[in-house]
Amino acid sequence: MEFALSEDQRMLQDSLKGVLGDAASLDRMRKIAADDVGEGSALDEALAGFGLSALPVPESAGGLGLGALDACLVQEALGYNVAPSRFLATAVAARVFAGKPEILGGLASGDVKFALAVTELFSRRDGAGVELKGGKLSGKSLLAQSVDGATHLLVADAAGTLHSVEAAAAGVTVMRTIDRTRSFHEVTLDGATPLASATPDAETMAFARLLVAADTLGAAQAMIDKAVAYAKERQQFGRVIGSFQAVKHMCAEMAAKLEPSRALIWHAAHALDIGDSEGPFMANLAKAHLAEVGTFVARTSTEVHGGMGFTDLVGLHYWYKRIGVNRQLLGSPEQARQTAAQLQGLVV
Amino acid sequence: MKLTLDPEYEAFRAEVAETLAKNVHLAPTADDKGYKNPKRIAWQKFLIENGLAARTIPKEYGGYGAEPDILKARIIAEEFARTRIPGPMAGQGISMFVPTLLELGTEAQKQAYIRPTIQGEMIWCQGYSEPGAGSDLAALRTSAVEDGDHYVINGSKIWTSTAKQADMIFCLVRTDPAAKKHEGITYITFPMSTPGIEVRPLVDMTGTANFNEVFFTDVRVPKSGVIFAPNKGWQVANATLTHERGMLGDPNATKARLVELIALMQAETMNGERLIDNPLLRDRLMKLQAEVYAMQANGLRITTSRLQGQPAGLAGLVVKLQGCDLNHEIARLAIDALGDLGILYEEGEHLRANGSWQWRYMYDLGLIIGGGTAQIQKNIIAERGLEMPREPKLAKA
Ligand SMILES: Cc1cc2nc3c(=O)[nH]c(=O)nc-3n(C[C@H](O)[C@H](O)[C@H](O)COP(=O)(O)OP(=O)(O)OC[C@H]3O[C@@H](n4cnc5c(N)ncnc54)[C@H](O)[C@@H]3O)c2cc1C
Repeated sequence: MEFALSEDQRMLQDSLKGVLGDAASLDRMRKIAADDVGEGSALDEALAGFGLSALPVPESAGGLGLGALDACLVQEALGYNVAPSRFLATAVAARVFAGKPEILGGLASGDVKFALAVTELFSRRDGAGVELKGGKLSGKSLLAQSVDGATHLLVADAAGTLHSVEAAAAGVTVMRTIDRTRSFHEVTLDGATPLASATPDAETMAFARLLVAADTLGAAQAMIDKAVAYAKERQQFGRVIGSFQAVKHMCAEMAAKLEPSRALIWHAAHALDIGDSEGPFMANLAKAHLAEVGTFVARTSTEVHGGMGFTDLVGLHYWYKRIGVNRQLLGSPEQARQTAAQLQGLVV
Repeated sequence: MKLTLDPEYEAFRAEVAETLAKNVHLAPTADDKGYKNPKRIAWQKFLIENGLAARTIPKEYGGYGAEPDILKARIIAEEFARTRIPGPMAGQGISMFVPTLLELGTEAQKQAYIRPTIQGEMIWCQGYSEPGAGSDLAALRTSAVEDGDHYVINGSKIWTSTAKQADMIFCLVRTDPAAKKHEGITYITFPMSTPGIEVRPLVDMTGTANFNEVFFTDVRVPKSGVIFAPNKGWQVANATLTHERGMLGDPNATKARLVELIALMQAETMNGERLIDNPLLRDRLMKLQAEVYAMQANGLRITTSRLQGQPAGLAGLVVKLQGCDLNHEIARLAIDALGDLGILYEEGEHLRANGSWQWRYMYDLGLIIGGGTAQIQKNIIAERGLEMPREPKLAKA
């Protein structure tokens, strides 16, 4: 028995950390949040150079064939640096179109870049939703991810089937969220032709949610690291605040909640990788659990920083907002827990 | 990552499962209460003979004498939790004193104590805490004064679990009042029947006397009861406390409780609706299930670290705090789910699960405090895990 990351996985983690340390500096994130397009493409290029798009694509289609756990490590690193990336969309598309080598090849080479327009699978609003009629897709999808620079959209229709359509076939409008480092769009389709279609299974949707959980894990870990570092430096009453027990306890509580969450993500991802029947429900539990723990860490870390945490100066709010948005993405914690209960057969 | 076990271990699991299934009729039931209950002692002996209890304790001391094997120990714990067959005894003597003795005791001490202790025939209590020394254990004042080859002990202990039933005590006493706080303490064992010991049961919130006050008046005990060396008791006590904290956050036990709670919520109805079909209760259940799975996976991480001979770091330090709190929360949900029937206690037709959830809801709060309070655990996590600075010492007035 071994429940630990492999040598390869630690290397993947370390090298991606190195790349992101340079390419996703806080300075650059600030510029991206201020809509500096050039900075966004510089980050994209660095991640493309790392070969991010090929990682989740099977080897047979020219990718690296890495699994769910590897994907979680990647997403965690992105969350740690609040780096925007289409990795989530790519990884989900690679699963959805696992049997379609023509799409996978484009994904691996980076020629095909998917955006993810699946919000209506989880929370469909009045006036939104995409219908398939006579072989054409029409309607709206809200809060689509990674639309900028995408060549294709992965769109969910009202029946729960996912379709690939050309990005050019869609009208897009920016939707501003609290998280300005990532962009979200409203997508409008008016008779677009699906290029390929597939119905996702429970594993695929659980995997997508697990990636969001991994992103929160990274962001929360960054917030703890920042809080601990700050507490060891900041002086009040003639001593560093980290020597005050109230402050120490805030940090200890964050660590005590996050550390088992990391193990939960590993476990759920590994279960998905080996096809364990508990995988999908564990991934849903993880999505919900990280939303709760992440929210706690986001709040507590900010408090440890005092007024400084509330300012724009230290930039801590980028992580706060990343976690806040992840909490809602692809389903709220309550929705993920409901799915977890259903997948276990506790309710119908 | 490899959660599957090698065939050798899978075979071992099957063997354990078979032994348990075949002999479940020998296991004690809820009716076989009390210490030194013959049914419980017989079951414990059976478990030892079959390598399911006292597994790594050498044969010459009455154990099974197997090589330490973390995975086999884990498999055994999992099988007891999965089948919910009563597992090995786990009193303070077995879980804390015996490991300490194996590490630091003399041959004569091991010969005298280990066999009857692991068989459940010799009950121990832990005499650490005093009225003025709880979290600040090293502030203890119970004194032991040399008198030839004896010590004469005066003072008192408190919160001493099972002192009323115990044959023996392992006790911390101050042997050198002039030495620094941590340096004048000795770890000593002696019979509870020694003249001058008075035990007064302390009733706790469960309504039972799970612990006691113990008073010592001129209690003469032989020096041969000292473990390791005089004035080195603090090191010995620390060895024991590590065992205690490990015992207090077992994720297998927690998972077994969660399974029980799920079964309760599926079986019990209110206004004709199954409790599990109530979305608010179900949501809370799923929240706790996520935490249970997280603690269980955290346990796998710790096991792997131990197998690789690496320190478990933060993953290990958070177990007592998170695990004890989680147990309490599970009991709380069970009571909330039962609603007004959740307030019943002790007996009666409408009491569910023998009142065990109510009992746990109360007793588990004690476990959050015992063995180091939540606050003390947080100090440990912050200072040892996150390397945050220690509280500065108060300036002397
Ligand atoms: C169920 C149960 C069984 C027990 N069994 C035994 C036994 O068999 N043998 C035995 O010797 N003892 C036993 N104990 C005693 C147990 O070890 C102590 O109760 C525990 O260590 C706390 O000490 P205290 O009760 O004196 O609380 P105190 O130390 O007085 O603590 C009171 C409050 O102050 C807080 N506090 C104290 N110091 C600090 C600090 N430095 N930083 C932050 N907060 C602090 C505590 O967290 C707590 O909230 C048992 C206790 C319980 C509840």
